Amino acid sequence: MIHYLVEKEYQELVDAYEKAGGDKSALLSGDAASLVVHEDRVLSATEIEGVKLAARTQEGLISAGLLIEEGYKVSRPIHLCFGILPEVGLQRIKLRVDVKRGAEVKVIAHCIFPNAVQIIHKMDAVINIEDNASFSYKETHYHGDSGGIEVVPKAKVTLGEKALYENTFSLVEGCVGKLDFDYEVFSGAGSVAELIAKVYGKEDDFIRIIEKVHLNGNGARSLIKTRIVLRDRARAEVIGETYGNAPYARGHVDCTELVNGEEAIAKAIPIVLVRNDKAKVTHEAAIGSIDRRQLETLMARGLEENEAVDVIVKGILR
Amino acid sequence: MLAVEDLQLVLNGKPIINDLSMYVDTGEIHGILGENGTGKTTIAYLIMGVNNYKPTGGRVVFEGEDIADLSVSHRAKKGITLAWQEPARIEGLRVRDYLKLSGNNIGIEQVEQYLWMVGMEPAQYLDRDVDNTLSGGERKRIELASVLAMRPKLAILDEPDSGIDIVALPLILNSIVEMSKRGSSVLLITHNEKVAEIAHRVSLLCAGKVIRSGAPAETCQWFKDHCRTCPHINEPVEEDKRL
Repeated sequence: MIHYLVEKEYQELVDAYEKAGGDKSALLSGDAASLVVHEDRVLSATEIEGVKLAARTQEGLISAGLLIEEGYKVSRPIHLCFGILPEVGLQRIKLRVDVKRGAEVKVIAHCIFPNAVQIIHKMDAVINIEDNASFSYKETHYHGDSGGIEVVPKAKVTLGEKALYENTFSLVEGCVGKLDFDYEVFSGAGSVAELIAKVYGKEDDFIRIIEKVHLNGNGARSLIKTRIVLRDRARAEVIGETYGNAPYARGHVDCTELVNGEEAIAKAIPIVLVRNDKAKVTHEAAIGSIDRRQLETLMARGLEENEAVDVIVKGILR
Repeated sequence: MLAVEDLQLVLNGKPIINDLSMYVDTGEIHGILGENGTGKTTIAYLIMGVNNYKPTGGRVVFEGEDIADLSVSHRAKKGITLAWQEPARIEGLRVRDYLKLSGNNIGIEQVEQYLWMVGMEPAQYLDRDVDNTLSGGERKRIELASVLAMRPKLAILDEPDSGIDIVALPLILNSIVEMSKRGSSVLLITHNEKVAEIAHRVSLLCAGKVIRSGAPAETCQWFKDHCRTCPHINEPVEEDKRL
């Protein structure tokens, strides 16, 4: 009976994963490493050669560990699925990622909360990417329309020499609810960090994004790119910080926030600080309504104004 | 097809378009030739209804209907479109999607065909975004391809040659001629008499007024002889006003 209930729960979550755009076959095939977590229960964890993936729950806290062994180039992306299907729930995740020297891996994570009315999803991650290793993490959220959810992703990321780190966070489906995103990256020599966040705020959503990069190694490079669209009464505060602490470090902060509603409020605070006379950090922020010329360009091809707005919003969040 | 009658635009007390009258026939390429600041782009904006420009006098009549109060979308649905001198960049909008939304349910083969017409290899451009990663010339050619895809009744092309390199220019001019052969009328706005020479008829603009209109060869020659050397830019001398 218990086995049946777990299977049913697994099937329901995997179905929701597919609806949210996930590759269901990747979870079921066993050829790719994967982890499926519902509420505070680990439903499956699949390892493959070169990839150690383990998770357990203790006092409601899910502790997950992902280790890519030295030199392994993982050909298929690792799939992670975190979700809560009931309307009410709490999910706390402690994630540790180690990408060993020279290893390469891509992770596709889906966070699914389609029925959220009162849900909290928290993740505390520690990510270590060693010398010459590459780690790409793409996290997509799928929320329902109620906005009754609080999402709190936090991460500390350390990059070794010539390491590559790409992080893409996307929350454009359903209402955001409350988002408190806080990532901090410490970059080694010659490393590259790219942090991209795309969020569509609606109704009474509140979005707070803090992304910090410390360019500590000689020639370290980074890009913080944030794209936010707000409508209704949604509010957003985006803080992008880059510190050029080493010679030839190069960083750029690029924030665009579109406000498409009389009561929506957008705020951007770029902080750039250089402590080395051979480092260079730049920033650009554009906040405001949708560009009239863009709208008229599309309207001159026959789109109505609301259709043109839709095309522009979808583009910026793509 | 298009008749502009006694059109006026006054901005901040300054006349920009000054009792301007002109017409464009079906299938005609009508060149509007003039130096910088003579009101060429303003005419384009007034006909398309963009940039919040509304005539302070006169009429814009398209297929017998005064369109001055219609929205941009409504004018486009009637078959008018505009290719801007500096087209907007739209992040995340792929070239293939931009051209598709321009035309009525066109397929990928047609999208590719229109890119070839403006000298762009589809494999290189279909999945690129219509954003800042394109050069000025690339963006202009994509704009022209999107107008071709729309197959409008009237295409207003504002300086289609600006930013286009000398190798690609003949291709661009050929595609404008082809557009006309396929049944579209073209209002070709330019300050380059060599570009205006592909028109069936050319009107010279000075200080927001048509001062001369006629066959391309003669009108372009007159432009070279008089306007290029004219000390009275945007202030037509009495002799010109009488023409």
